[in-house]
Amino acid sequence: MPTTAAALSPLLLSRLQFAWVIAWHILLPAFTIGTASFIALLEGLHLATGRDVYGRLAAFWTRIFAIAFGMGVVSGIVMPFQFGTNWSRYADATANVLSPLFAYEGIMAFFLESAFLGVLLFGRKLVPRWAHFVAALMVALGTLFSAFWILAANSWMQTPAGYVIIDGRFYPADWLRIIFNPSFPYRFAHTVVGFYVTTGFVVIGVAAYYLRRGRFAEESRTMLSMTLWLLTVLVPLQIVIGDQHGLNTLAYQPAKIAAIEAHWNTESRMPLTLFAIPDEKNATNRAAIDIPDLGSLILTHDLNGVVRGLKEWPRDQWPPVAIPFFAFRIMVGIGLLMLALVATSWWLRARDRLQAVWFLRLCEFASPAGFVAVIAGWTTTEVGRQPWTVYGLLRTADSVSPALTGIDVALSFAGYILVYLAIYPVGLMMMARIVRRGPAEAPTEPIASGRPEGPVRALPAAGAEDSP
Amino acid sequence: MTVLPFDFVPLWTLILGFGVFYYVLFDGFDLGVGILYGFAPDRAARNLVMNSIAPVWDGNETWLVLGGVGLLAAFPAAFAIILPAVYFPILAMLLALVFRGVAFEFHYRDVEHRTIWDHAFCYGSAVATFAQGVVLGAFIQGFQVDGRQFSGSAFDCFTPFSLFTGLALVCGYGLLGAGWLIMKTEGELQTWARRFGRYCFIGVLVAVAVVSLWTPLIEPYIAHRWFAWPNIGFLSPVPIVTALLALWEWRSLNNRSEAAAFIGAIGLFLMSYIGIAISLWPFIVPYKFTLWQAASAPSTQAFLLVGTLFLLPVILMYTGWSYWVFRGKVRADIGYH
Ligand code: HDD
Ligand code: HEM
Ligand code: HEM
Repeated sequence: MPTTAAALSPLLLSRLQFAWVIAWHILLPAFTIGTASFIALLEGLHLATGRDVYGRLAAFWTRIFAIAFGMGVVSGIVMPFQFGTNWSRYADATANVLSPLFAYEGIMAFFLESAFLGVLLFGRKLVPRWAHFVAALMVALGTLFSAFWILAANSWMQTPAGYVIIDGRFYPADWLRIIFNPSFPYRFAHTVVGFYVTTGFVVIGVAAYYLRRGRFAEESRTMLSMTLWLLTVLVPLQIVIGDQHGLNTLAYQPAKIAAIEAHWNTESRMPLTLFAIPDEKNATNRAAIDIPDLGSLILTHDLNGVVRGLKEWPRDQWPPVAIPFFAFRIMVGIGLLMLALVATSWWLRARDRLQAVWFLRLCEFASPAGFVAVIAGWTTTEVGRQPWTVYGLLRTADSVSPALTGIDVALSFAGYILVYLAIYPVGLMMMARIVRRGPAEAPTEPIASGRPEGPVRALPAAGAEDSP
Repeated sequence: MTVLPFDFVPLWTLILGFGVFYYVLFDGFDLGVGILYGFAPDRAARNLVMNSIAPVWDGNETWLVLGGVGLLAAFPAAFAIILPAVYFPILAMLLALVFRGVAFEFHYRDVEHRTIWDHAFCYGSAVATFAQGVVLGAFIQGFQVDGRQFSGSAFDCFTPFSLFTGLALVCGYGLLGAGWLIMKTEGELQTWARRFGRYCFIGVLVAVAVVSLWTPLIEPYIAHRWFAWPNIGFLSPVPIVTALLALWEWRSLNNRSEAAAFIGAIGLFLMSYIGIAISLWPFIVPYKFTLWQAASAPSTQAFLLVGTLFLLPVILMYTGWSYWVFRGKVRADIGYH
């Protein structure tokens, strides 16, 4: 039982606070990276085909994007300051290697996004159509740069390379190896495709919502069909990349894989544990459901492959087992369910019954699935890295700011909890409201003459309330 | 490691100095506009006030990220010492910026709760500004350090001096915001902006005078720097130019010029900034670490410099373009809403 003093440990509270702010933050990139690319695609199609429906859809998703992006920015600004306030020893030790990656994210990605965002959101009537498309493209590119650099930094913490250590601090030796460290290509591909998939499921959910109510039929059919084609490619791809990612983790972070699989003893012909209740104290699984040999087959692509168990490592280097074990199963389970849904769509499409009511219901129901998978995936990755911040080299316990007290962190954590719980539901509500109102209302053409509607008038409810 | 023959510290000092100053000016004016927003006469005026910064605030705030991450990259020891030392002001600033940032969107959408988001916008801007001022005051007073880490309490940063610099910055950003609004609005709203500009200006004047007297009293290092001969001779232009600028600013607030008040306010900020830089040089963690002692590895500075020298002008160019798109008096009809 944790005592009060232990519960107020600055280390534990800082970890919880970090997990809290980053988990909320990641939900927004997971959606904005996908949406930005989707909007650029729609704007491009609009420009190329001249079909109005693409313009209306682009304007519609831009309005939702604006809210998500605004929340992504403010929750993101919180992040780098966490390194200083709560993880100052980590910041000092790793700065020589990691700080340029964060800084390049700033100067390549954030500025690109924010400068062109203004034009994307507010410039529809002020710049020519092609320039508006370029703005959309630049915003999308910015979000991808952002993912590139932040994931390079995170991957370096998982699989450090290209450094030397002098007096307990890391120094760069080879920048290419630092950026393209062993897990980076896998993590980058898996995360970005995961974000696209996440957005794709939101889009088909929204389309299904309209179709079931018989609203915006043209827009919805376009969205549904187009996105299901995209998912047809992306979902299987995501699973293949995930498998490759797992092999990479086995090579570089074998203790993490042992935790993910709740695998205690080194053995060949390792079974695949579908479900179990890992018992860390006794280093064994309870209520396990195993499939013989399959674990070795998946992890080594060989029935007789040897997989190392956790007992190979000293206890003080074990990650928690239950959290990565369950988080990983949630992610993979969702991935397989997504595949099932996409496969169903092929079957229905062949029979021209894509708009069967039960299928539309299924799409609506599945729309938040990607977010759950993303959070589960990150939890697997990050908790499985414990007890290290830089894998095998810098312990989490040696990363925290030395002067912080438990009270300090308890106060700040309470602040973050309250503020995020106030902001996120409102943001979600507001996006839901835009969805309910639908795409038709979006003004896609500049208003040629007369007084164009102001931001207030464009909102009927607001106009009524605010007219002088 | 290869030893690089070149000392990058002066260059990085300039780049970071420029970045922080750019942030102070640009987010300064839009935080100032946020503060003044709370005093705007009616709904229509409030909408115009907010629209005057809606397309650019996000870009302005990005310089805060660059300032933070730039400090980490160029002077990691300073980052690691200063941030834990100003734990609560930073927390307050971040939470305030969250509220203020979402208010831009929520204010249009969330019709029933509009007044909540009006307040969030105004108080968020004010709290963030005040917190930055506290950080500045604490910075001037210096921190308790053990090795390369802060060793004091997270509450040390709250002193009468730092609370005062907090208030001073609220007036300062208010003045910048008023200057921006004078430029971007016309008619009654502009008259209103001029009036609030004058209030803020008086606050700034008092603040500059008080801080100038108070600082040498609490910091012997700075007193020595200012008053020892021959420094006093070299430094005397700073207060003189400041006084002339102040006079000009007062006249611009009262006559009919459109841009002069904004430019004057920038001038006043520049002089204060130079004053602080002169006082603290060559320290980045005042009185403990010089720029050179806190610097990151030369190869780190070199690697980042390549991209920065190339990208910074590009950023300034397309940022300039986006200001150009939204040039002129603020229109009621921009937006996608
Ligand atoms: C794979 C993607 C990804 C991940 C793992 C993270 N972020 Fe993020 N971040 C983005 C992708 C992103 C983005 C898509 O680029 C955002 C979301 C909305 C936006 O403005 O940019 C963003 C916003 C954003 C901002 C605001 C930028 C601005 O002012 O425009 C900052 C400072 C950070 N992030 C910093 C971080 C840090 C320090 C992280 C980890 C510790 C982190 N992000 C995780
Ligand atoms: C965006 C998705 C991410 C999520 C959801 C996430 C989640 C988490 C969680 C749950 C922990 C706590 C682990 C534990 O206490 O057992 C943690 C720790 C940490 N993560 Fe992440 N993480 C993410 C991304 C990142 C990135 C991109 C970085 C760095 C660039 C990062 C750096 C850290 C650090 C420094 C810790 C330190 C505290 C610790 O290890 O406990 N994380 N993260
Ligand atoms: C059956 C399908 C999947 C497999 C086999 C799989 C496999 C993996 C593996 C092995 C990891 C790395 C954990 C580590 O660090 O060792 C991971 C991480 C992750 N997964 Fe998956 N995954 C699958 C589906 C998904 C889906 C559908 C999503 C989201 C829509 C997703 C999102 C993520 C994210 C965000 C991470 C963390 C970032 C990273 O380390 O790449 N995954 N996944």
